[in-house]
Amino acid sequence: MIKPVNQKAWFLVAPVLLIVAFSAVIPLMTVVNYSVQDTFGNNQFFWNGVGWFSELLDRSTDLGGRFFDSLGRNLLFSAIILAIEVPLGIVIALSMPREGWRVAATLVLMALPLLIPWNVVGTIWQIFARGDIGLLGAAVNALGVDYNYVSNPLHAWITIVTMDVWHWTSLVALLCYAGLKSIPDAYYQAARIDGASRWAVFRTIQLPKMQRVLLIAVLLRFMDSFMIYTEPFVVTGGGPGNSTTFLSIELVKLALGQFDLGKAAALSIVYNLIILAVCWVFYTVMTKADAKAGAA
Amino acid sequence: MRGGRAIILLYLLFLMLPIYWLINMSFKTNTEITSVMTLWPHTLTFDNYKKIFTDPSWYNGYINSLKYVILNTILSVGFALPAAYAFSRYRFLGDKHLFFWLLSNRMAPPAVFALPFFNLYSAIGLFDTPWAVALAHCLFNVPLAVWILEGFMSGVPREIDETAAIDGYSFPRFFLKIFTPLIASGIGVAAFFCFMFSWVELLLARTLTSVNAKPIAATMTRTVSAAGMDWGVLAAAGVLTLIPGALVIWFVRNYIAKGFALGRV
Repeated sequence: MIKPVNQKAWFLVAPVLLIVAFSAVIPLMTVVNYSVQDTFGNNQFFWNGVGWFSELLDRSTDLGGRFFDSLGRNLLFSAIILAIEVPLGIVIALSMPREGWRVAATLVLMALPLLIPWNVVGTIWQIFARGDIGLLGAAVNALGVDYNYVSNPLHAWITIVTMDVWHWTSLVALLCYAGLKSIPDAYYQAARIDGASRWAVFRTIQLPKMQRVLLIAVLLRFMDSFMIYTEPFVVTGGGPGNSTTFLSIELVKLALGQFDLGKAAALSIVYNLIILAVCWVFYTVMTKADAKAGAA
Repeated sequence: MRGGRAIILLYLLFLMLPIYWLINMSFKTNTEITSVMTLWPHTLTFDNYKKIFTDPSWYNGYINSLKYVILNTILSVGFALPAAYAFSRYRFLGDKHLFFWLLSNRMAPPAVFALPFFNLYSAIGLFDTPWAVALAHCLFNVPLAVWILEGFMSGVPREIDETAAIDGYSFPRFFLKIFTPLIASGIGVAAFFCFMFSWVELLLARTLTSVNAKPIAATMTRTVSAAGMDWGVLAAAGVLTLIPGALVIWFVRNYIAKGFALGRV
C-alpha cells in the first residue's frame, strides 16, 4: 500500500512533537549545558569544555573508573540475561498448549510478572530470597549452602539474574508465541509427510518464522536491562560494595546523591549516545525486516 | 507434547511461587513472619490491610499514584491519536526520522532525565504535583501510544476515509464518529499499556515528588529502609499494587505481545 504525500499531516503530528520536545529536548539541553560547565555552587557556572568527558573516558580517574566498571557490569548483566531468557523463552513458546481454555489461562498467568510495579518486583524477591523469612533463601540454606545475597557478591548476582529471568522471560515467550501462531498448519503437514524430525521442523520452519519477533525481543530485553535501575536498587541497593551497581544506579548516585552536575551530565550524554546507537541499529534492521515481510 | 506440558507447569510454578509468598506473608502477623517458617498463615490476620486502608500516609500513596497514572494515560492517548493517524495514512517530510526519534525516547534511560526533570519542574512550579509525573511519563508513553495506535490504524482500509469524505463528513467529524469506533480496541490496548508503564515506573515518580504527590512506590521504599521493618504491611502494600494489572489483563490477553513490542507483532 503506497501512502500519499501530504505535508499537512504535520499539523496532526504537531501536538506530539510539542509534548515530547517539552519532556525530551529541554531536559537534554540542560544536560548538555551542565556537561560543559563547572560550578562552585550559588548557581555560578563557568566553561569547562570537554573536561568532564576526558575525565569520564579516562579509566585512571575516579569518575572514569566508576563509569567503565559499571558499564562492564551492565554489559555482563545484559549478556547473561539474554543468554538465559532467549533460549528459555523459545522453549516455553514451543511448549505452549495449542488450543482450548488452557491457552488463555497460561497467557494470563505468564503475563502477570510483566505488570507488577518494578519496585514491588524488587520487594517480592527481597522477601523471597532472604534466609530468615523467605522461602527460597530458607530452602537453599536448608540444602547446606550458606546463601546470603546481602553480603556475598556472587549470591547477589545470582539473585538479581534470577529475578530478571522471573520478571521478563514471559515477554520473550509471548513474542515468540505470537510469531509461532502465524505459521499455517499446512507447513507442519508438509513436514510430517516429508518425515521431518522435530529438530528439522524447528530449524527450517519455526525459527525462520520467529526471526522477526526474536529480533524485537532481543533488542527490547537489551535496552531494558541496559537501563535497569529499580529492581536491583530495591534488592541490593547496588551492593555488596559496588558489585551490583549498574549504569543507571551509578548515574543516579552522581546526579541526585552527590549533585555532581558536570560529571553526571557527561555520563548521561555518553549513556544516551550508546542507547541511541543501539536503537538506530534496531530501527534499521526492523524496517528492513518489515519491508521484506511486506514484499513477500 | 507431553514434555511441553511439564515445562509449562514448572515455569508457571516458578512464576507463581514468589507471588504466593508475598500474598502468604501479607496475611501473617509480624511475629509469625520472623519467628517460624510457615507455608500458609497459621494465625490469619487482616490487620496489615486494615492499616493501609486507615492510615492516610499509606492510602494517599495509592490515590496519588492513580492520579498521575490516569492523567498520563489521557494525555498520552489524546496526543497520540492524531499523530498515529498521520503516520498511518500519509508520507510527509521527515516522517521516518520523526518515527525514529519517538522510538529513541521510548528507549531513553529514565536515570538520564531524573535530574533535568527535577530542575525543569521545580522551575515551572509543578514539582510535587501529579502533573509533573504525568508529563514526565509522557516521555516514554506518548511514543508507545503512537506506535501501538499506528499499528491498529494501518489495519483499517483507507477506502473508509475516502467514502466518508465523499459522503461529506468533515475531518473532525469523520475522525470522532467513524474512525474512533473502528479502532476502539486499539485505543483500549494503548490506554492499558500507558497505564501499566506509568504504574510500574518508580525512579521519575519518586524524584519529582516529595510530600503531597508521593506515589505508593515511594511510600514502600521508605518502609524498606526504616529500621525495624513492618514486613506484613509491606507485603500487603505490594499485593495491592498487583490488583490493577491482574484485573484488566484478561481483557488484553491477546494483545500483550503486541503492546510490549510497540505494536510491531
